[in-house]
Order: sequence, then structure tokens, then C-alpha cells
Amino acid sequence: MEIKRSPISHQSCDGVDGHHLLVSVSPHLKADITVSRIMWTVVACLMPPLILSVFVFGFQTLIITAVSVASCLATEVISQKLLGRPVTIKDGSAVITGLLLAYVIPPGVPLWMPVFGAVMAIFVTKIIMGGLGFNIFNPALIGRAFLVATYPVAMTTAWLAPIRNAAIFRNMGAGVDAVSSATPLYVLKHYGMAAMLEQFGSRASVYTDFFIGFRPGCIGETSALLLLVGGLYLIYRGYIHWHIPVSIIATVGILTWIFGGEGMFTGDPLLAVLSGGVMLGAFFMATDYVTSPTQRSGQIVFGIGVGALTVLIRLKGGYPEGVCYAILLMNPLTPALDQWFKPKRFSQGAVQ
Amino acid sequence: MGDKGALMMAPLATFPKGGVHPKENKDLSSALPIETMPDPSKVSLFLKQHVGTPCQVAVPHRPDPRGDQAVSEDLLFSSGHPGALFRLLVDKKDRVRQGDRIGEIGTQLGAVLHASVGGAVLGVKNILHYQVGKAPAIVIRTDPEAVPATCMPVDWRRFSREQIQERIAAAGIVGLGGAGFPTDVKLNVKPGVKLDTLILNGAECEPYITCDHRVMVEKARQIVEGAKILLTVLGITYCAIGVENNKPDAIAALNEAIDHADSTDGFKIEVKPLAVKYPQGSADQIMQSITGRVRPSGQRSSSIGIIVQNVYTTKMVYDAVVLGKPLTERVITVSGRAIARPANLRVKIGTHISEIADYLGGTTADLCKVVVGGPMMGFAVSDLDMPITKTTPGLLFMNHDEVDARAHGPCIRCGFCLDACPMGLEPNNIGIYVEAGRGAETEPFGLMDDCFECGSCAYVCPAKRPLVQFIRLARLEINQARKLKEAREQKRKAG
Repeated sequence: MEIKRSPISHQSCDGVDGHHLLVSVSPHLKADITVSRIMWTVVACLMPPLILSVFVFGFQTLIITAVSVASCLATEVISQKLLGRPVTIKDGSAVITGLLLAYVIPPGVPLWMPVFGAVMAIFVTKIIMGGLGFNIFNPALIGRAFLVATYPVAMTTAWLAPIRNAAIFRNMGAGVDAVSSATPLYVLKHYGMAAMLEQFGSRASVYTDFFIGFRPGCIGETSALLLLVGGLYLIYRGYIHWHIPVSIIATVGILTWIFGGEGMFTGDPLLAVLSGGVMLGAFFMATDYVTSPTQRSGQIVFGIGVGALTVLIRLKGGYPEGVCYAILLMNPLTPALDQWFKPKRFSQGAVQ
Repeated sequence: MGDKGALMMAPLATFPKGGVHPKENKDLSSALPIETMPDPSKVSLFLKQHVGTPCQVAVPHRPDPRGDQAVSEDLLFSSGHPGALFRLLVDKKDRVRQGDRIGEIGTQLGAVLHASVGGAVLGVKNILHYQVGKAPAIVIRTDPEAVPATCMPVDWRRFSREQIQERIAAAGIVGLGGAGFPTDVKLNVKPGVKLDTLILNGAECEPYITCDHRVMVEKARQIVEGAKILLTVLGITYCAIGVENNKPDAIAALNEAIDHADSTDGFKIEVKPLAVKYPQGSADQIMQSITGRVRPSGQRSSSIGIIVQNVYTTKMVYDAVVLGKPLTERVITVSGRAIARPANLRVKIGTHISEIADYLGGTTADLCKVVVGGPMMGFAVSDLDMPITKTTPGLLFMNHDEVDARAHGPCIRCGFCLDACPMGLEPNNIGIYVEAGRGAETEPFGLMDDCFECGSCAYVCPAKRPLVQFIRLARLEINQARKLKEAREQKRKAG
């Protein structure tokens, strides 16, 4: 190849000699990481709980999840087309919203419900706020909050009892009759610990079942183990920090231990973090980049706030579960937390 | 991300906050010995290759008397050019020898300029500069028969401090690491400033670039001797040479040179291997890595007792003081996967990029981007007909695989840039403000004093946002707003 002395064009020109030199501001190297890689990794980390939910609640969970994801994608495409914005479904964020929305609704709801939730989550919460990066609230949780407000009966009673021993697959032809059931937190709130243990087994087996995921609950929230595996992988990859999940889980545990029992310091912290949506919320919802603080110190305050509000709602509120509202209440504080907790400037370490 | 590998070994000195680990790509050129390129057909020497005011031209602008390449008059500056650009210091001399002083700075901050080749002065032309658009440069057409100047080594120890500084100033030495601050001025520490450490910066943290590496391997003794000259001028005894640990041969060569040097003169010089982390070679970061001290914002490094000099600058100081050799050539790394033959090339200052590319066999068909400098802080150019300067460490010819030209998306507030910024700034917010047309309000983010545009933020950004570009725009807008404010206040005072 011969280099010519004539000017070589850049960007839009074809170039005098066929060369097409790109010009841009430094740096000229970029890390491999992309937004869509992060998003699709989160999607992958969310798959194990979905697969387990089929064993626990039946194929219904797959169908609800598929409807939810498809509705989210469709809402994004349609609304972006209508608004004349570039369509961004490839970045994977709508898929995450669809998954998370399905994960926080009960397995026994009718199929049109996630569709409504998806429209609220994607169009109202994300697209009209300016799209990815500009929403104030977690889209999936707004979808859930909307459904709880509009269809409270279905959203608080459509629970299914877990199916044991993979019966769902052994009786493929006959199908398994879904048995409705109250959630452990509901029983605990209204009938006390003794009733809860009577219904769900001995204390030891309750811990094991809840940890693995065999309990009534929303589609994707039941398996602490699988959510932990996915969350820890995201931390290992450096995609999320440990600060939000740890501070949420610790706060829920400590406050429940102090205030959650018959007397002070008699609550069951382990049960508190294994039940409801604590694990799902802590690792996959409160860590949403857009709606949580960027600084570690701000993230700890955010996590403590989410944990404290969760326990407050659980113990004093009208709902047995509070993670969803706790996160939604902390979301709008994010800009303030980012304002209060700034990165430490290099020269702040200077000794005069 | 993270120092997973480094944790296994003994911890190396490094800076704690921020930093990134781009792919080094130094193996393209790190083993290639320094090679000297023959004199180019012409050189273009910018009047400003340093921090400070441009040189005043010290040659007349008459065309070559043989007239075969007369320069058209409109390309020349008229003698009515503002300022003393045409103070003709070298009277009626239109041919210069290599090493002739052709640019003077008088009493102002700057560095003198020398003819890097012998030949005919074609004039002063406005020439494309990779950083500032067009800038005036003295163009010299090389005379192939010109005899290069010869230098006789002298014993520097017989010079006084002032004489050493004069020799450094006379050689036109500037910081070769990229900043281009005149070295003699940097060494001219005000009385009362207490110094205790000289740091020689051999980190060379920019990917691809290996010129300092090769100079350390091949000229270690001159560097160590240069360190002693600098210590003598500064009146201190301790010097640490910071080298990133990915250059074991450079560390070994420097240690060998230190052992070989006369140790009875009371100087303590040692090599400090540093963790491989960009931007280890930034002055603030290398000072913190080696001494743990942090420079307060807006102050000089001497305020914390340290002077930092690039290793290659130190070698040039040796040449200037011992050999009386002016800065007329330097080693640059020519690398990237789109140049036919990568090299560590000794070239004359002012050589045009096109001639360098030609000398190395040209470029490949998939050439995508040409960068002057390193890939993290260098400048992409659209035209190869522009010269290198005293502060050019390298040229990169990158192909399509090496260049990430993906379009950027919105900020997802992941905070990666906040973790990557070594200065603790908020590139994410600066970008968002600039996009919203409010760049002038970004001053509280500290970019005016602290950002040195290392590019770590834009490197890690998963949305591929051009954060350095946003920061430069913010700087422009802040400066415009300041000027506007000043003008308004003056008006108010007047009215």
C-alpha cells in the first residue's frame, strides 16, 4: 500500500485515494463492555429462578413470563415508533423489565394482567420519561404497583402452593391441579408464627424450602438460592456493587429481629430475608442503575432505606409484603443521594 | 477489571483511586531496537512545540535562491504579522545547518527551536497541527549533502548549576512525555520551596507506545547520568525511577546502570516497579504511587516536595549538558496493525507523518484511523501531511478491528466512569449537562482544575459515550461563560 500525500478524508467523504480515515476525540480504545452485554447478562442471571418456577408452580409461570416480556417489547417498539424515536429493544432492557414484572406477580393471575402491567412499566414509566436512563422509578415495580392498585384481589390472592417432587413433569398428560395457598408472610402477619409453621412445616424445613424456593409467592421471588447465585455472579463480573443488596438484606434482618417478634429482639431475621421479595428486590431491582445511586456510600443509605421501609410496611402496613413499595419510595431519592454522596476528589487526599 | 492477577504477587506500588486496564498491545513494538530514519525530504517545525508563547522566527523567509521550489507568497507570513514573529535574528542567512537555532523565546516562557536538518529555509507557513488546527511552522528543505553537526562529550561536573540550566535551555528541551513544559523552567525551583524527591517517569502507561521503554533499555546509563545532572541542579540526592512492571528488561537495564554508576557521589537512585494500571504515568498518579503524596488542586508538584521528569526527557538533558546536543530528533513508536512495519524510530523533529509511513512500507488496506500520540490521549488526524513535534511519542495506524466506532447511547448511570476516574470527577454528569446544552454549569464537577483528559471514563463507558469530548465542550462553554461575565462586568463598570 502506498501512502499518498494528498489529504485523506474522514467520516462522510469517500477520500481522494479510497482511504476513509475515522476521526474522533480520544480515547481511541474502548473497553469491550456494552450496555446490551450487561443487560443480557442480567437476563441470563434471571433464567434459573424462572426454570425453577416451572417446577414449583407449573407451566403457567412460563406463559405469564412470556406474555410479560412480549408485551414489554411490543410496548417499547410501538411507543418508540409512534414517538419517532429509534427503536432500542436490542439493548435488552425491555426484556429485563418484562422478566422482572412477571417475577413480581403471583403465578395464578389471568394472562391479560401482565399486558396491562407492561404498558404501565414501559410506556408510562420509561418511554415518556425520556427512555432508558431517564426514568425515575423502576419500571417493573411501577407495573406491579399499578396492578396491585387496580386488581388487588388477584394480585394478593392468586397464590399457588408449591408442587413437590417435580410432579409437574411426572404427570405431564394429566396435569397437576393448582392448589391455591396464602403466602408465608400473609399467614405470619395475620395468624402468627405458630400458624405459619403449622402450614409450612417445621422451622428447619421452612428454612430449607424457602431457601431453595418451595413456597407460595410471586413467580420469580421464591428461590433465595438461585437469586443469590445470579446476584453474586453480577457482583463478580463487576456489573453491580455489593452495597445495595447487602445493606437491604442486613437492614431487613436486623430490624425484623428487633421489632418483628412478640417482644423486642425475638424476630426471625432469616425467615424475613428468605420470604417475600427481599432477595429478588435486593439483587435485581434495587440495583437498577438508572434508579439507584452511583456512589457506594449513597448505595448503602439507599439500601438501608429500602430495608427499613420494607420492614415498616411488613409490620405496620396493610400489606404483608413491602419490598416493591420500599424500592419505589427510595427511587425518587436517588438524585438527592447522588447530590449528597459525591465521589471523593483526588486532591481531597492532599495533606497541606 | 480489578487486579486479580496482581493480587497473587507481592503488591506493587500504585495509585488507589480509579484507573483502567486497556489491552496493552505493546508487543507489536516493545522488542524492536531503536532504528534511525534517514533525514526526510523536508521538515516543518512549529513555532510552538511547548507550553508558553510561540518562538520568534530567527531566520529570514526568503525562498531558496536556487528557485526550484519557490514558495508562493500567499503561504508566507507577511512581515506585518503582529508581534515580533519576524525579528530576524540570524541575519540574511537562508540556509541553515542542523542544530542551528531558528526560534527564540526571549524572556517569555517557552523553549528555543533548532533546525532538525540542514538545508534551505523555505519560509514560515501555516501548517496543519494535529492538536490545534493550523499553526505557523518553519519549513526547511533538507539538503542531502549537509554535514551533520558533531558533538564532543564534556564532563558535566565542572559546570555550575546555572551553567547546566543554561545548557538545558539552549538545547530547547521540553517535557517529552506529552505536556511539553520547558525543562529548564521546571528545574528553576523558587527559593524557599523544599524538595526531597526527583521522580523519573518511566511508567509509559499508554497502550502501544514503547519509545520510553526502548530508550530505558538502550540508554539506561545516560538516563542514570541525566538523573544525577537533574539532582545536582535541584540540590537534592534522592531519585526514584517509576517503571510499570510490564517492562522487566527496562527495569533490569536501569538497575544495571545504577550499579555501574559511580556510587560515591552521595546520590541515591532507585527503580520502583509500578503496577500496570492506566494512567500510572500521569504526574499526580505516579507521585502518589511512589511517595503516597497527593498534590493539592491547582498547585505545582514542587509544593509537595517532588519534581517529576520523564525518563526520555532526562536522557535528552544528558545529551544537552554532556554533548551540547540540541533537541532535534526523538524516538517515536510507530505501531498499530495497519502499518506495514511497526518500529521504534528515531526521527527528526518536524518530519511529516506521510514520510514516516512511506519509510515503514506504507499502510495496509484496512487502515481505519491514524492517531498522533497514544491511543488513550492521542489525536486522530484526517491528513498525513503534518509534522511530528517534540512532544509526539508515537503514531498509530489502527485497522478496523482495533477501532471501536460504535455509536453512543444514553447514560444508564452505571457509575463505571465514576469508579474509573483517577481524579474523582463526575464524567457522567458532565456529559448529561453538555448534552442538555448546559455545559457552562459543570464547573462544580472540578473539570477545569483536575481533569487531564486521560480518557479512563470514556474507555469504560458501556454506552460508548464520548465523555472526553463532552468534557472539552464543557470547558469551552465554561470559558465562554467566564468571558461573557467579564465583559458584562466591564460594561457595568464603564456604564
